Amino acid sequence: MSETTKPKKEKLPRQTMPHQNPMVRRRNFDEVAIGYTEELALSEATRCIQCKNPTCIPGCPVEIDIKGFIHLIAEKKYVEAAHLIKEKSFLPAVCGRVCPQEDQCEKVCVIAKKQMPVAIGRLERFVADYEASHGETILPKLPPSTGKKIAVAGAGPSGLTVAGDLIKLGHKVTVFEALHEPGGVLVYGIPEFRLPKAIVKREVDFLKKLGVEFKLNYVIGKIKTVDELLGVDGYDAVFLGNGAGLPKFMGIPGENLNGVYSANEYLTRVNLMKAYKFPEYDTPIIKGRRVAVVGGGNVAMDAVRTASRLGAEEAMIIYRRSEEEMPARKEEVENAHEEGVIFKNLTNPVRIIGNDKGWASALECLKMELGAPDESGRRSPVPIKGSEFQVPVDVVIIAIGTSAQPLIAASAKGMEVNKRGYIVVDEETGKTTKEGVYAGGDIVTGAATVILAMGAGRKAAKAMHEYVMKK
Amino acid sequence: MFRILRKDVFSPTVKRFTIQAPEIAKKAGPDQFIVLRIDEKGERIPLTISDSDPEKGTIATVFQEVGKTTIQLGGLKQGDSIQDVVGPLGTPAHIENYGTVVCVGGGVGIAVLPPVVKALKNKGNKVITILGARTKDLLILEEDLKKISDELLIVTDDGSYGTKGLVTNELERLVKESVKIDLVIAIGPPVMMRAVSNLTKNYSIGTLVSLNSIMVDGTGMCGACRVTVGGKTRFACVDGPEFNAHDVDFDELIKRLAMYKEDEKLAMEYYKTHQQEHHHSCC
Ligand SMILES: Cc1cc2nc3c(=O)[nH]c(=O)nc-3n(C[C@H](O)[C@H](O)[C@H](O)COP(=O)(O)OP(=O)(O)OC[C@H]3O[C@@H](n4cnc5c(N)ncnc54)[C@H](O)[C@@H]3O)c2cc1C
Ligand code: SF4
Ligand code: FES
Repeated sequence: MSETTKPKKEKLPRQTMPHQNPMVRRRNFDEVAIGYTEELALSEATRCIQCKNPTCIPGCPVEIDIKGFIHLIAEKKYVEAAHLIKEKSFLPAVCGRVCPQEDQCEKVCVIAKKQMPVAIGRLERFVADYEASHGETILPKLPPSTGKKIAVAGAGPSGLTVAGDLIKLGHKVTVFEALHEPGGVLVYGIPEFRLPKAIVKREVDFLKKLGVEFKLNYVIGKIKTVDELLGVDGYDAVFLGNGAGLPKFMGIPGENLNGVYSANEYLTRVNLMKAYKFPEYDTPIIKGRRVAVVGGGNVAMDAVRTASRLGAEEAMIIYRRSEEEMPARKEEVENAHEEGVIFKNLTNPVRIIGNDKGWASALECLKMELGAPDESGRRSPVPIKGSEFQVPVDVVIIAIGTSAQPLIAASAKGMEVNKRGYIVVDEETGKTTKEGVYAGGDIVTGAATVILAMGAGRKAAKAMHEYVMKK
Repeated sequence: MFRILRKDVFSPTVKRFTIQAPEIAKKAGPDQFIVLRIDEKGERIPLTISDSDPEKGTIATVFQEVGKTTIQLGGLKQGDSIQDVVGPLGTPAHIENYGTVVCVGGGVGIAVLPPVVKALKNKGNKVITILGARTKDLLILEEDLKKISDELLIVTDDGSYGTKGLVTNELERLVKESVKIDLVIAIGPPVMMRAVSNLTKNYSIGTLVSLNSIMVDGTGMCGACRVTVGGKTRFACVDGPEFNAHDVDFDELIKRLAMYKEDEKLAMEYYKTHQQEHHHSCC
């Protein structure tokens, strides 16, 4: 990404963030971006012109006081800056790393009309990391107990936000998580090289210190139903933040051959189970010399870059549209290019060919061309007749999206879900059609973003507080 | 942490743990399973719940030592703990009054039969149980199943106990003797389930099998457990583990189960050398 502009006056360019060398990082799991130094952060902060009408703020899904925190950075009040962000966002160290700022706050930053926008995400990351390593974490004083009990299902960003907000209001909060570790996609999906797990752990530990109880290995809908939580268990309200778990497959022949993974499985093995440290850790993964990842979103980028780090000679993206249409963050596509990922765009897999032992050996694809825009506004791909060709592979990873997990909804009698299985809620409050049950995050919107899940959690927490206090 | 309250050694490689897990015990149904992780570095493996006691707050599971994880598990003692146990997972077996049901259990799969047989009996079925093992020493739970089944037949591959032969021989004998069979439930190694399925297909006898594919989360999130049933991809951990045998693509299942063969060898080697180092350092 070119970050220097040609200003008329002597203007400070957007400060680049130091990165690990691509040729080195493509084979390790350390974080790619190293983060601003204090000097870089200070220089970048001076680029913010402290607008009277800061358009960045409405550009942020949770309306962080961006102008305010950048001002505090300029005054070297980094810890205060972090606290200001935390008034709105629960996980700044996470969001500073994974939010699509280029589509949100930075997109509408006033100076973006003339030059590169202020690097809001990088500054957010800087102050969050600064606070973590400098400021002692001050535990807020909790109000006296309200005697109300809250259950949260799912320890992803939405659930963690609800837990944090409600414990601070004096409620007793228990988080039920299906996996053995809290964090949701932050621990099983997004790789270490983009979001070190220690950061997520820090935030979870903070919640534990505040008194949030975590019950791991609890699948709501199996060990307990939502009705039981509200009934015999005596919870006053329940929040469902169980994410959009089920991986989609393409439905083409050969998808169950050995060596074919869903991105969820591939990433879970590597991130949550640490298969990249096999055999020190017990979970294996098929590494593959030629790895094809089908899809063009963030998940596909994470999977293909993981394949490269596991040692693939050819780590490929197979995407049916062109790079223009890719839903992945530009920055991540750029990172993938730098790391030597091969992009086979305008290419659609039609079948996976196996060898006699049941292993994937080639991906048969069709060449595509772009036709008229579809309902999403993106030009839709049309197959070119007779353009079949084969790509030799030994691992194929399907990253074409997820759908709703039905376990929880099935256990909450009377709670409405839409025809795709997502929970129906009132957008402002997260209230479902079942009394006392609230929901937010991917299980409501379908796969979206960390910040939207957090924002939904925040709204729901507010409504849940009002609800239980009136009860 | 989940404590092992009791360890029964059925054979040098087949063991049963009774584990303290009161909340799982309350909900566990026939043919449901747990996913466990021994320790921080462990992998997640599915094991069927062979028994549950809501009063005592315990569940039991029987396993065979076949690879690194199960060998390590088998080395745990009464009083030791397992870091993570999640369950009950999967859909409980569908039990109704079918009439006469033949339950076929092979190897360690026999461990899954007691709750299934009990549930069938409770619904008023007549249950004929056929147990198969390679050799006498590997046969488990004979007494338990004898008590709850109307009839118990035993076969061993080497003839060291019961009738010599395969479970399918006994099943076919019953069919040929015109015993009226309304349903067959087969649980065991996939090769055995495939053989039973092929046989009952010929005689048009409805058959259910319990599939234990490779799993990670056990909640439908990863798709590792996918199997082809009736031409469609299903997730064994949520849609199963019980499926209509005649629709299952067993060949695919058997291939998928072998996916990590090479890695399993590596894991074993690493485990052995590591254990030795461990021994050296403490002596
Ligand atoms: C690989 C990948 C990369 C991504 N990259 C980005 C990115 O760069 N930027 C960005 O903003 N977003 C990204 N996203 C999307 C983002 O992570 C999600 O939108 C966000 O995590 C959703 O939060 P959530 O709280 O709704 O659910 P999740 O994070 O999905 O968490 C749900 C939790 O609930 C648990 N659960 C499920 N069912 C049950 C049950 N029955 N009982 C108890 N617990 C249950 C799950 O185990 C999980 O821990 C990415 C997603 C993936 C998969
Ligand atoms: S819009 Fe841009 S320049 Fe204006 S206050 Fe926000 S970050 Fe600063
Ligand atoms: S084990 Fe992950 S979906 Fe079944």
